[in-house]
Amino acid sequence: MRSATRHRIKLALRLAAASAITLFFVFPIYWLFMISFKTADEIYSYPPTWWPGQIQFNSYAVLFKDGDATTVWNSFVVASASTVIAMFLGTLCAYAIARFRTGGDHLANWIISQRMVPPIAVVFPIFLLYVWLKLVDTYIGLILLYTAFNLPYVIWMMRGYILDIPRALEESALVDGCTRWQVLWKVVFPMCRAGLFATAIFTFVFAWNDFIFALVLTRTEVTTYTVQVTHYFGGQSNFWAKISAMSVLGTVPIFIIVGFMQRYLVRGMSLGAIKG
Amino acid sequence: MRLSSRDRRFSLSLVAPSIFLLLLVGVFPLVYLLVVSFQGITMTELDTSFQGLRNFRMLFDDERLWQSLLHTVIFTAIALPLELVLGLAMAQLFIDKLPGRPVFVALLVLPVVVSPIVAGATWSLMFDQRFGPINEVISWMLGGETTILWTIKPDLVYPAILLAEIWQWTPFMFLLLLAALSAVDKSQLEAAAIDGAGWWRTFFRIVLPAIWPVMAIAILIRALDLFRLFDIVWALTKGGPGTMTETISIFAYVKGFQQFETSYTAAVALMIIVLLSVVVMAALKRVELTR
Repeated sequence: MRSATRHRIKLALRLAAASAITLFFVFPIYWLFMISFKTADEIYSYPPTWWPGQIQFNSYAVLFKDGDATTVWNSFVVASASTVIAMFLGTLCAYAIARFRTGGDHLANWIISQRMVPPIAVVFPIFLLYVWLKLVDTYIGLILLYTAFNLPYVIWMMRGYILDIPRALEESALVDGCTRWQVLWKVVFPMCRAGLFATAIFTFVFAWNDFIFALVLTRTEVTTYTVQVTHYFGGQSNFWAKISAMSVLGTVPIFIIVGFMQRYLVRGMSLGAIKG
Repeated sequence: MRLSSRDRRFSLSLVAPSIFLLLLVGVFPLVYLLVVSFQGITMTELDTSFQGLRNFRMLFDDERLWQSLLHTVIFTAIALPLELVLGLAMAQLFIDKLPGRPVFVALLVLPVVVSPIVAGATWSLMFDQRFGPINEVISWMLGGETTILWTIKPDLVYPAILLAEIWQWTPFMFLLLLAALSAVDKSQLEAAAIDGAGWWRTFFRIVLPAIWPVMAIAILIRALDLFRLFDIVWALTKGGPGTMTETISIFAYVKGFQQFETSYTAAVALMIIVLLSVVVMAALKRVELTR
């Protein structure tokens, strides 16, 4: 009896701690979101209001009216296009490395080390190149860079997923008279569908959330939402309603996508070190 | 493994497009940086003559550069252990049965997937001197109106940036370590309990060795991310006040894209790449990433 009470107290304490911790991690996001629904009077009131008196969407209406909301579309275009290309090229490369050991360990190690170079050191020479090629502030320029930057991740992750597929399946398909390409399309890709999906989501999120590449390589035409958010930072005071509404527009899609892929999150984040 | 020449051609055709693109962003910049760093291009003059090692010698005398490198190291040295310990403690809290655990975990994922620049913007809202909730709570606790200039006062900018950084990435450590902890062999833990081993002893002898491979990779990933720290600092202080919180990435950005010291920035970028390559090579040897 006594041990049961103690057990219950311990559980209550753990629940309290878990709730407090979760509150700490969620509150800033709540605050960010909530400001976008407040009126200007409420945003700049002292003391701050913890809950909007009345939900209103004026901040969003302004963003759509001024055309600022199209930056979310730009983010979508470059993130999805670069994801598709990187997934296609990367998976093929990963297959060769996984099955034929093309390039050996050196190639695999070189590829993953490419991911670790700080973006600022890459984007500087790329910028100079793009000025020359007239690719600054174009979709193609951004898509190309995001594709190349995400390739190491795709190759690395897909290599792991492909290694998980039993080789025997491919061999029997070969015996049945399939060509190598047919094996790829009919056996390998369908077998690692979940891995393809999870890796694509991560690739998309990396490009979607990037700031530094877009900051350097865009001007006015293909500004992404992350760069747009920083346009509202003022010298003296920030344009809070816009910062908040723009951030929400860019963040909600990510939350929805991640909600669907909880299962693959840990493997994707740990570069494949943890298999879910 | 011996490959037939057909398979060999097939495998090379699969690899070629990716390698081409990787060379484009991996090797081209390196070569280009090398060329530019030996020239004398600045905002005012387009001097492409050979300048020898001038830009590299400038690196050594540039106080601001070494300061920014020091700031980066400080951020890493404080944030990384804190994220690791807090993440591990949280993982321990959540490892045993807890009602509503999936909901908690789903909510704790959120900071990690928010864009870092948005995370920085969020915390600039949180820290706002007058309308931010942090000062409001402090005022309430102290029982009087307090306006603390979190992102402006020199002795508060580091705690402010670190708080935002730790807020965003502790859940990353938490998620990875929670997964690693759930994979620890339960029968070993039970055996240790039967043998009368205490919590600490069990932790250091059984749990830690079991989760170490994952922990090492988590540390490596975070260390490399912290080395390139840019977004959160940019959103909160832009490297200020003065250059107090300038990281190496911000320094390179300012030199290259605000002061247009093209050749000198190339030397800085090269230095960053070389420095990091050495660290990464050493780290990859220790961490078992390739299975």
